[in-house]
Amino acid sequence: MSGPAARTEARSTRVGWGALSFGLAAVLGAALLGAVVGPAGLEPISVIAAILDLLPGVSIDSGLTDVETNILFEIRLPRVVLGAIVGATLAVAGAAYQGVFRNPLADPYLLGVAAGAGLGATAAFAVSGDTNWLAPFAFIGGLAAVVATYALGRSVGRRSATSLILAGVAVSAFATAVQTYLLQQNVETLREVYAWILGRLTTVGWGQVGQLVPYALVAMGVLFVGRRMLDVLSIGDDEAKALGMSVARVRGVVVLSATLATAAAVSVSGLIGFVGIIVPHTIRIIFGWSYRVIIPLSILFGAAFLMVADVAARTIISPAELPIGVVTAFFGAPFFLLVLRTMRGPT
Amino acid sequence: MISWNGVEVSFAAERVLGPVDIRVADGEWLGLIGPNGAGKSTLLKSAVGLVEHAGSVSLGGRERRPGLDIAWMPQRPHLPDEMGVGDYVLLGRTPHLGYLAAESSHDVATMRDAIAKLDLRHLARRPLGTLSGGEAQRAVLARALAQEAPVLLLDEPTASLDVGHAVEVLDVLDDLRRKEGLTVVTAAHDLTLAGRYSDRLVLLSRGRVVADGPPAEVLTETTLRAHYGAGIRVLDDVEGPVVVPVRSSDG
Repeated sequence: MSGPAARTEARSTRVGWGALSFGLAAVLGAALLGAVVGPAGLEPISVIAAILDLLPGVSIDSGLTDVETNILFEIRLPRVVLGAIVGATLAVAGAAYQGVFRNPLADPYLLGVAAGAGLGATAAFAVSGDTNWLAPFAFIGGLAAVVATYALGRSVGRRSATSLILAGVAVSAFATAVQTYLLQQNVETLREVYAWILGRLTTVGWGQVGQLVPYALVAMGVLFVGRRMLDVLSIGDDEAKALGMSVARVRGVVVLSATLATAAAVSVSGLIGFVGIIVPHTIRIIFGWSYRVIIPLSILFGAAFLMVADVAARTIISPAELPIGVVTAFFGAPFFLLVLRTMRGPT
Repeated sequence: MISWNGVEVSFAAERVLGPVDIRVADGEWLGLIGPNGAGKSTLLKSAVGLVEHAGSVSLGGRERRPGLDIAWMPQRPHLPDEMGVGDYVLLGRTPHLGYLAAESSHDVATMRDAIAKLDLRHLARRPLGTLSGGEAQRAVLARALAQEAPVLLLDEPTASLDVGHAVEVLDVLDDLRRKEGLTVVTAAHDLTLAGRYSDRLVLLSRGRVVADGPPAEVLTETTLRAHYGAGIRVLDDVEGPVVVPVRSSDG
């Protein structure tokens, strides 16, 4: 008896089959679009056949030439998969920050995490020139930035949505200033780092994808299994504590995971802003308030969103390419204003 | 039995509470009264670990487990506008769940039970932001009830309610206490209502217990004037003392 009746009373914390199918379809559709669109046009059917051909026990002739197969598997697909993972991590990190800070404007970009990670990565780049140090330095920079933002935001008085974001702006500006100084000191790496700052999924091979996967999986896994805790936090720190939850520990784990995800993404793809605001908010508007719904769907729709944004970045001024960070900012900045307008004051 | 044993709370080296020793018997309703800043909220918070304190709070002689043993309702609960009543009440099951666990059918059944007891079934899917003050307070009470803790601590549960809704909420609480055998501690500013519903009143002033006993013994003009100021008159009513304010020019 409790089953069907229970669902009528508490069903907004479950991801419905409809939403899940929609999300999966969006991911597959965006991935196919990303694989097909480009200077060398590939037929969707051929692309699907070539991918199915990889499955054990399946043998299909895709009709692609060796060059086309090479383009598909060594250029297009690594980029598509990287876009999916970066999009998913940035979206889920944004959702997690929003939950843990109870702040609808929180986003890896606006909290200064991305700039801090960027500074860390630039420092690693400038000092060692070794790309293996990018991810750990980006993580340290990102973590330092989010801690500084949170501490500054709180020191302004009551923790309000805007004071946290203003603190994020200050931390970002500071991190960017130090980063610029480092770049001036290391002019030879300037061009490469500049392209990276604007965000890009170019010059990608499977190696970069492999670099990102372990961090992204760990961070997404932690945020996924702990998503109910974000719902508990939404009724206030004191209430959550009185319900026996260790608020500081939960907040620490969530911030660490979201920062790890952001830093890993930033170290590979540069600064891609606003994904963490656009995706979770759209999900919130359509599918409801619960982080038990927002977190899993952010993974799916974040992946789909960035894959489509990458297609736009590649085609708008083809044959040249726009930095993907420019595309996401173009849609993200107006969206940010929309969220700001609909906020009901400090939360 | 919940007991505060030598509990003391200080903020920035200034003692705001205690040392306080209070014992509340199982099934008893204790009303905490006292002027603003007397330490009522702090006393309740100390029991659920929201403020650091010296001394101990125990339950039947053993260390209390916040969440499982004690449910606490804050003065101004944070109610996310879009969250549904059913989902909100279900969060009360958190103490019974591990960090990574999901609610079982038993948890959902407990939630439904709490909702039914507070007459919220027709509102179960309504977002919290659309509830009236009285309905919202019942939803918070339902969440506390879903915790299935034997002790309920309520910080001014009727502060934002008109007298009709206040009586409605307190009646529900009284009914629940009798049926479920709950121990209830409420902090209140409305002295008449506190006297009507509590078995016993504790008057706190400047962090200390200054009176403790049945409502008729604590709600006297002499005691109240000594701690609230002069403008108070206590009238006798068949159901207990009625505390009324008096304009200083009349007094």
